[in-house]
Amino acid sequence: MGNPNVGKSAIFSRLTGAHVIVSNYAGTTVEFVKGSMRIAGHDVELVDVPGTYTLNPTNNAERIAVGMLMDRDDEDVVLNVVEATNLERSLNLTLQLLSKRTPIVVALSFWDEAKHRGVSIDADELENILGVPCIPICAVTGWGINHLVEKIKEARPSSYQYSEREKWNEIGKIVEKVQTLTHRHHTLLERLGDASVKPITGLPIAVAVLFLAFQLIRFIGEGLISHVCEPVFETLWSPVMLKLSSLLGSTGFVHDLVIGQLLEGQIDYGQSFGLLTTGLFVPLGAVLPYVLAFYTVLSFLEDFGYLPRLAIMVDTLMHRLGLHGLAIVPMLLGLGCNVPGVLSTRILETRRERFISATILSIGVPCAALQAMVVGLVARHGVANLGIVYGTLFIVWLTLGVLLNCTTRGESPEIFVEIPPYRIPYLRSLLKKIWMRMKWFVREAVPFVLLGVLLVNILYTLGVIQFVGQITEPVVTQILGLPSDAVGALIIGFFRKDVAVGMLAPLGLTGKQLVIASVVLAMYFPCVATFATLVRELGIADMLKSAGIMIVSSLIVGGLLNLILT
Amino acid sequence: MSWQQVGLLMNLSKKELRMSGFNGNKGITNSTDGQVSLAQMRAGERGRILRIIGGRGLVYKLEALGIREGEEIKKVSEQWMRGPVLLKHGHSQVALGFRMASRVLVRVTGEHK
Repeated sequence: MGNPNVGKSAIFSRLTGAHVIVSNYAGTTVEFVKGSMRIAGHDVELVDVPGTYTLNPTNNAERIAVGMLMDRDDEDVVLNVVEATNLERSLNLTLQLLSKRTPIVVALSFWDEAKHRGVSIDADELENILGVPCIPICAVTGWGINHLVEKIKEARPSSYQYSEREKWNEIGKIVEKVQTLTHRHHTLLERLGDASVKPITGLPIAVAVLFLAFQLIRFIGEGLISHVCEPVFETLWSPVMLKLSSLLGSTGFVHDLVIGQLLEGQIDYGQSFGLLTTGLFVPLGAVLPYVLAFYTVLSFLEDFGYLPRLAIMVDTLMHRLGLHGLAIVPMLLGLGCNVPGVLSTRILETRRERFISATILSIGVPCAALQAMVVGLVARHGVANLGIVYGTLFIVWLTLGVLLNCTTRGESPEIFVEIPPYRIPYLRSLLKKIWMRMKWFVREAVPFVLLGVLLVNILYTLGVIQFVGQITEPVVTQILGLPSDAVGALIIGFFRKDVAVGMLAPLGLTGKQLVIASVVLAMYFPCVATFATLVRELGIADMLKSAGIMIVSSLIVGGLLNLILT
Repeated sequence: MSWQQVGLLMNLSKKELRMSGFNGNKGITNSTDGQVSLAQMRAGERGRILRIIGGRGLVYKLEALGIREGEEIKKVSEQWMRGPVLLKHGHSQVALGFRMASRVLVRVTGEHK
């Protein structure tokens, strides 16, 4: 346990080898994660919990951490992570933990950074005072971790006594005894940090960062697709598939399921819709490059410490939506995948904020998989169309936020968050994080995409899609101006939105129809994974409310686009 | 509801309201006795916290981070249109909303170059 952003998850992943996301902002971890390690020949279970400043939690993430502490058994050991650069504040929680009379070992993290900043701490003296082991470590590089593991055995309850009223005096005395400060000049990173939170310099920096991030994602994503993915599929995979196709007899249900429809004797990865052709190309050839590009850029910004500073810069805007600046974090995560986005709404304090943010997130923030497919398909009809899709979603996000702010009962609190110093990302942990996120994507996406493609084939064969198409024709054709075939995409969109967009490819839609279909697909309903997360985070009642808003607003917006666009 | 009424609800006397710099809906005035709220302080100024006015929520929140009466702080930045205020306390920086910042009373002790 420890304050937010002191390196608990970094230590946890060092100790257990488990894969947890580590970033440079408060509130990266929003749920507890279990892992195991061996200490002196025994298997030991380790739990990583969200950070908290006190044992009186103020948001859901902190509540989880404190709940975990309350549920402990007598033999459980609390590993209290203390930030060496913020000893005084960290000791506040340490003293509260000590008073629980549970076995404790203290890890003094950011030891290297403390040195750079001219903070030196006498760990032995601290150990004497508190009566529990205190070990200096640096979690990202792994320095001191072995020593920490050895000392976990020596964790013991402390008999340290203090009165609650004299707490800060007590802490002050401890700090005075163990800490010496030497003055250091401002570093370049600190100056950059100050510049990015002053309005005159901070706003241009924010615009520049977001613009650069966007360009970089496009550059990496498009580069990978045209130089790596498409060549690999076209030159290596296609011959194999054509062989398989003739082996399967070039027609029939099984052939169409596995290979799909051949176009002029060739495989078209966008249109064939077989399990091994489109089913593999969508997640690995079309979406993966953008997901990699997105997470590379996002992970760098996370580790550098930019996100909380961006939160300050957008705070005033987010207030119009009944949120505060920190709500930009779920939105950014949502641009990768809505599931971690919705989960991270836990860093917001009130139910009202979580409802508003989760709802506008799942309506107005398209995930990377959907975006990759939309970019691939819509851009063929002109980049302006792509601009309309993104512009519309942004306006919807904004308008809906303002409306929900006016209609949802209650008030939203103001921002209150610690801003970490800028830190140069540690390359190995940055690469590890990107690798983890890619692995998750492949593991989650590929099976669902295959399931989606399988379903498309089965539903078409059974005539279900044609049937639903007929029933819903008034809505789909009259209001949205789409052919009734497009309803298949809306059905499949519940499983995977990337597959759904892929289904639009063979329909030969006009640029206008593609814009409408893309916007409606992004808004009308969350995919099944996001749906499950929303139910868990909001509860059934609020989820139904949220779903109602999604369906109604997507019809209104789709209908309006149909009227406005030419 | 006016700020006076809000103040009464929070069990504050008129004197305290004046000290805090609340003045009708305008929010802030310059105070004469060297006390200003964190919101009024200029970016770059240092000061000592005299009092934190308001609900226990705010006092607790700040206290959890070690920010309490008597502590030395520096205002790092403020935003346009009553945006959040960033303060530096020890080695850490904390961003807090404008209304919260208006309830933190500070005596300015100097300016940082």
